[in-house]
Amino acid sequence: MKNIFAVAGIVIKELYRRKDFYVLFIVTILICLVMASVNIFNDAKIVRYLKEICLLLIWICSLVIAVTTTARQIPAERENRTLLPLLAKPLTRPQLLFGKFLGCWLACGLALLCFYVFFGALAATREHQWPLLDYFQAATLHWFMLGIVVAMVLLGSLVFAAPSSNNTICFVIIVGILFVGRHLDQVALTLREPLRTVVYSIYFVIPHLELFDVRDLVIHNWPLIPWLYFSLALLYALGYMAVFLAGACLVFRRKAVN
Amino acid sequence: MNSPRTILLLLVALLVSCFGLAAHLQPQFEAWRGSRASGDIFNVVLGDSRRMFAQSFYVKADAYYHSGYYPTMFDDNAAFQTAHMAEDTGAVNSKNHGDEHGFLGPTRDWIDAFGRHFFPDRHTHLDEGGADDDLGGSDNVREILPWLKLSADLDPDNVQTYTVTAFWLRIRMHRVAEAEAVLHEGLRNCPDSYDILFELGRLYDESYHDTDRARNVWNLAIRKWLKLDPDSQKDNRLIFEQITTHLAKLEEDAGNLPDALNWYQAAQKVSAVPEALQAHIDAVQKKLRALIPVAPAKLY
Repeated sequence: MKNIFAVAGIVIKELYRRKDFYVLFIVTILICLVMASVNIFNDAKIVRYLKEICLLLIWICSLVIAVTTTARQIPAERENRTLLPLLAKPLTRPQLLFGKFLGCWLACGLALLCFYVFFGALAATREHQWPLLDYFQAATLHWFMLGIVVAMVLLGSLVFAAPSSNNTICFVIIVGILFVGRHLDQVALTLREPLRTVVYSIYFVIPHLELFDVRDLVIHNWPLIPWLYFSLALLYALGYMAVFLAGACLVFRRKAVN
Repeated sequence: MNSPRTILLLLVALLVSCFGLAAHLQPQFEAWRGSRASGDIFNVVLGDSRRMFAQSFYVKADAYYHSGYYPTMFDDNAAFQTAHMAEDTGAVNSKNHGDEHGFLGPTRDWIDAFGRHFFPDRHTHLDEGGADDDLGGSDNVREILPWLKLSADLDPDNVQTYTVTAFWLRIRMHRVAEAEAVLHEGLRNCPDSYDILFELGRLYDESYHDTDRARNVWNLAIRKWLKLDPDSQKDNRLIFEQITTHLAKLEEDAGNLPDALNWYQAAQKVSAVPEALQAHIDAVQKKLRALIPVAPAKLY
């Protein structure tokens, strides 16, 4: 575990040394403040549109941070020729992968923490309340969703030749799942065999990232998600993280490092 | 050739040429019919596609009216053909049918059943309390306004955006001045709109209690409606019925019973439920008979 945490620590340091997060965070703040300054029929209590814009930006920024940070980890080590010396130390390949995964996931968690604190403060200025448990559920589900994304991109970085192709393919898959993942079974019903079985299979195989998107519940102040289902969703995410990481370990085991 | 003076002179020459060319082209560009420069920022950026975005934001406002419980393109949206926020104003023909509470249908599989815990799954309206079912929070209907405003900015020719915005501003948020401003803006963009005139008349009548202005505006609305071709009149009977019924009520309250009777009878001709108006007609006729002086009884 010590080795894993050491690698994870380096990844986290890399995140706060790079400017990606700061740029995205400042852009989010600026856009939200500009939107908040818009006068809508002289009513200062209108807040949901602002929450929606802020959460949308948080989702976009977090996905950009998660995918781009993870996609460059292994290729950068190989390109800089630091992968071989790293593995020459008492560090196994799975440990390196778990360290990279943990680092990226924790880095995303730290970024999310900043984003959600800003979101809470912004909403509180208009709503004059702070539903902490709702925000906790939304942020935790979001973070676990990013865990799946990080594991998937890590696997992609070992399969695809370049970080750019990995980034593009992963973004297409993630956006596709978020938009139509929930409805793939309905789409399958309109198709003929054998395409129907193929689409149905995809529906059951893909990680349903849209489950973790509870923005509508937060924006419209719906009651809390029952804790049982909340916990089950986290377990679901952990399952997919394990699957992707196991796949990454299998691919990395046979991968040439020089 | 490379001296700073030569470079500076070349730059000045280029600048003068650019300015001259721009001055020459500007009048032609202004006169060009394909130019977008004369419009607002949305027109410049989006062109005619802004109407599509306007419709999306209008639907977004209705989704907010339901606190996020809204069908996607994959769901059964028969019960959401007409926006409920517009339907609840009482001045829009509803095309809705089907089950608005259960458009999701029965759960299809375990992923679908599990997923329904993570998005709004209950039909509510913001003016009836929304997700909290708290009627005290019915002024939360204000949350639909940003999207309606954006929709109106993108498509200034959509009449319904103005009437819906003004109705909720006036009824739930008690912002009569803002509602009136919205309707006047709508009239500037759509001067022939009888819907906007009807809503403006309601505002004068119900909020300002200015019956004279309400009467004038509704009469103008009737004249605009009568200018429609017969097919359009057939499609827009509900608004005519609404205007005439309101006019009849106004005249009845003012004591102008013959006018009231005329308007009720005009409304009855286009009404889907003429029986409902018959009671009003009977009541007005009874009042009229009571006003006619009775002939003296025979002495012998």
